[in-house]
Amino acid sequence: MSFIPAGMTRRHFMRHMAASAATIPAIQFMQHLQVHAETLKKNQKACILMWMGGGPPTIDIWDLKPGSKNGGEFKPITAGGTQISEHMPKTAAQFDVLNVVRSMSTREADHGRGRYYMHTSFVPNPTVVHPTFGSVVSHELGSQRKELEIPSFVSIGGDPGSPGFLGMSNAAFVVNTQGRIQNADMGGMDAGRFRNRLAMLGTIEDSFIASKRGEAPQAHKDVYKKAIDLMTSKQMEAFKIDKEDPKTIDRYTNAGAPAGGMMRAGGEFGRGLLMARRLVEAGVPFVEVGMGGWDLHANVFNTLKNNNLPAMDTAISALVTDLKERSMIKDVVLVWMGEFGRTPRINQDVGRDHWAASWSNMIGGGNLKGGLGVGATDADGLTCETKPYLPGDIWATACHALGIPTTTVHTSKRGRPMKIANGGAPIPELIG
Amino acid sequence: MMRTWSGSRWALWAVAALAIAVSASVAITAEESGSKESKSKVATADTKPVAKKRVDFTTGSSDVLISFINEQIRQGWTDNEIEASEVAGDGEWVRRVYLDIVGHVPPMEEVEKFLADKDKAKRSKLIDTLLDDPGYVRHWTNVWANLMIGQDTPRRVSRKGMEKFLREAFTKNRPWNDVVMDIVSAEGHFEENGAVNFLLAQMVMPDDGVLATAKTTRLFLGMQVQCTQCHNHPFNDWQQRQFWEFNNFFRQLQREDHRKYDAKAGRMVDDYSELIRRDGVSDHVTYEKRNGLIEAAYPRYFGKDLIDEVAQKDKDGWDVNRREVLAKLMIDGEKPLAALAMVNRMWSQFFGYGITKPVDDMGPHNPPSHPDLLDRLGNEFVKSRYDVKQLIRWICNSEAYNLTSQASKVNEEKDNPAAGTTAMFSHVYLKSMSAEQLYDSLIVATNAHKSGRSSWEQAEDKKRVWLRQFVVAFGTDEGDESTTFNGSIPQALMMMNGDLVKDAISAQKGSFLNTILAEAPKDTDRIRRLYLTALGRAPSPKEAKGAQDLLRVNPDKLAAYQDMFWALLNSNEFIFIH
Repeated sequence: MSFIPAGMTRRHFMRHMAASAATIPAIQFMQHLQVHAETLKKNQKACILMWMGGGPPTIDIWDLKPGSKNGGEFKPITAGGTQISEHMPKTAAQFDVLNVVRSMSTREADHGRGRYYMHTSFVPNPTVVHPTFGSVVSHELGSQRKELEIPSFVSIGGDPGSPGFLGMSNAAFVVNTQGRIQNADMGGMDAGRFRNRLAMLGTIEDSFIASKRGEAPQAHKDVYKKAIDLMTSKQMEAFKIDKEDPKTIDRYTNAGAPAGGMMRAGGEFGRGLLMARRLVEAGVPFVEVGMGGWDLHANVFNTLKNNNLPAMDTAISALVTDLKERSMIKDVVLVWMGEFGRTPRINQDVGRDHWAASWSNMIGGGNLKGGLGVGATDADGLTCETKPYLPGDIWATACHALGIPTTTVHTSKRGRPMKIANGGAPIPELIG
Repeated sequence: MMRTWSGSRWALWAVAALAIAVSASVAITAEESGSKESKSKVATADTKPVAKKRVDFTTGSSDVLISFINEQIRQGWTDNEIEASEVAGDGEWVRRVYLDIVGHVPPMEEVEKFLADKDKAKRSKLIDTLLDDPGYVRHWTNVWANLMIGQDTPRRVSRKGMEKFLREAFTKNRPWNDVVMDIVSAEGHFEENGAVNFLLAQMVMPDDGVLATAKTTRLFLGMQVQCTQCHNHPFNDWQQRQFWEFNNFFRQLQREDHRKYDAKAGRMVDDYSELIRRDGVSDHVTYEKRNGLIEAAYPRYFGKDLIDEVAQKDKDGWDVNRREVLAKLMIDGEKPLAALAMVNRMWSQFFGYGITKPVDDMGPHNPPSHPDLLDRLGNEFVKSRYDVKQLIRWICNSEAYNLTSQASKVNEEKDNPAAGTTAMFSHVYLKSMSAEQLYDSLIVATNAHKSGRSSWEQAEDKKRVWLRQFVVAFGTDEGDESTTFNGSIPQALMMMNGDLVKDAISAQKGSFLNTILAEAPKDTDRIRRLYLTALGRAPSPKEAKGAQDLLRVNPDKLAAYQDMFWALLNSNEFIFIH
């Protein structure tokens, strides 16, 4: 499938459009005339956020409590210099570059509020919409990558949140794991005709923008420009994971036959991480990949061991392996989190409820240290025994790894200064 | 009768005592100066929306409450040293009021008719007309179905049933307190009593009615208490205990999901679901405090103990329906929370921002921008017997709703809620069309409903399927969701390349564009019609010239018109309600 009109190369198409554009000045959407679709810089910094929608029970994954009444069914195994769940053996083997932060204390235990807080580092506030961290990275790094024709923040089945005061051009581009971008095909339209349409559109849009109706009309135009860039870009190939060797797809998605013969979900997350790797290779600085099914108020252990953990273990270990093989692991930061953790106490339905007071995140790659368990909770997992960390500290650590100064300050639309990552500080143990 | 009398009295008093030029009392002045103005600007009245002088403005309604609303809003301008924008031109306003009340752009003929109408009361008359339009029922059924059960219907919830209930409520203009009562206390089969679907949608997992408690409180009382299930609210007076006292009312909830044998498929399939009441439920619920202690919570509504009430039996000898006890209290009194929440919600539907922000987080921790206005509107809404159409009349006839969306130098900084200021309503804020409004607008714009190519019923079914592409589910058990119809790239791609717009600009026989070409022989007229259809206004001279240029260089006229209409539909001016 081509995104370029039938019978034309991209270069030809763009030149054609440029030439015609001279006759109608309203056409202003093309700033990417010098395309270097093939020149992909290998050492570009990027972040992949693995978002665990629903709130993962980290006490069963990263911070096990054997011997406690809250400990549940699983045993710990060695992972680098620390321990994680026995149902994450392949990931444990990659713990030379991964770490667990065990003293997250984040106060928001409602899905909506937790989602906002973890993504933005700020608690919800009616007077300002804070940008989700993917939009921050898009703003800081995406804007410098002139060769990037696809959006600089992609969300694959995640819950990315809003770009807030950083504006719609830093919004997440939301796609599903099939990698089929709906409506991106112009259906073989003649370039001249498309040019006519855009010229007319430009005239109407510009006069509405000039009519003093706030920033939304300009944002509309900016988003259209991005959409048009994308429609005509060869980098769209990055979304097509079926271009990969089937063996590679299998490494990310096949968690083996589950016990009991039940069908195992979770290949979706593997497909998402594989797409994330392709997008990062294409120069996208922030990709969020969502994995749902963590809101485990009931039947937590069976669901984890038969479904969630094998799928996640397979996908994460495949991603880390690939990033190492491609020498990308030193440039790509991996962050794993959800809205909150889950109660140490096991409820009457053998489930765990919402819990934000003491839980874990995972972070690694991007030249951070590896193999560490940072911070600790008490023997029953109920409180943090060491300095509690906030989402801003995780994101400040990511900033450090991405080369974004943690002294960066953004300005809200009302002129209020907003420190990046809400003024969080990189976690010292991780940055060495 | 009563209202008319007190209306004129109030107006006289207002002018005499306060010398504030408001609504009814100054209608005569408005007529005089209005006619002068329209004469002097008549040449351009059609192309550039002409702002009317604000001080002379009235929609023609003489309802006394509108004066009060205007006064309250003006007080906010004075206090904050904001100068309001001018009144919107008729073209700008007619498009807005159609989209807001009936959920689609006005048909071209209606725009022309409205622009030509010399009646001074034409705005208030149009509001009344639209409230009686079938589109009113369709639009508000959509809005409330989305609020109640989400865009993505949860499994074993009947959207059909929910919509049927809402359709009837809006068709008959049922008092809102009755609607709240029916929804909150609902029992029964999900299609026979569609009201049960709101609660069924909050019962996707066994959670002891926690989500039902949180959603009911949020949607119908305008309060966010979901986080208090685990701890006291960090900044309002909701206590954890209060959450569980509320939750107590929802403990009889039980869903029954029936299945049936499908002979064709040779297996059991989903049949209907129903909401039933459990008998013999304990009078208290237990919850765990943060310090690990277990406490008991008895049914209580804002300090009012209801242990005795819920201990009663109903006429069939069953335990009394606790949710009915709760619903009665929610709608009891001179301005109960359910009335304030509805007023605030409806205000935000029309203005884009409520009198509190967010609209569903009211309480002492989040004071309203216009407390007296909220109070009085709530009280009057109750006095009107919770008349939703009357509430809309008050809002749409207010001065603030009739202003232009163009900001002035003075108010664009100080009154910019998109940037985080408190909304002062000194100019109308842009809203983006919802996916439903876009869909319905394209049906109206292209006359699809008249040409027999698509009836509204067929369109409703097709629309459901089409809407699915935008829904993003979040993977939580609460069924939270978001939409990619949010001004981001997928929406732009859909507008540029999707079938919906492709159909709207179709050059097939009998299509809208073909009809226009056949009906209007002159290009200037055709261009004008396309602009009126999409934007509710005629093209500016510059736009008209651009369109002519396009036609001149293009050998295929029909294709050129397609391109023109494509550009109009893809524009910011089209997708925004302004």
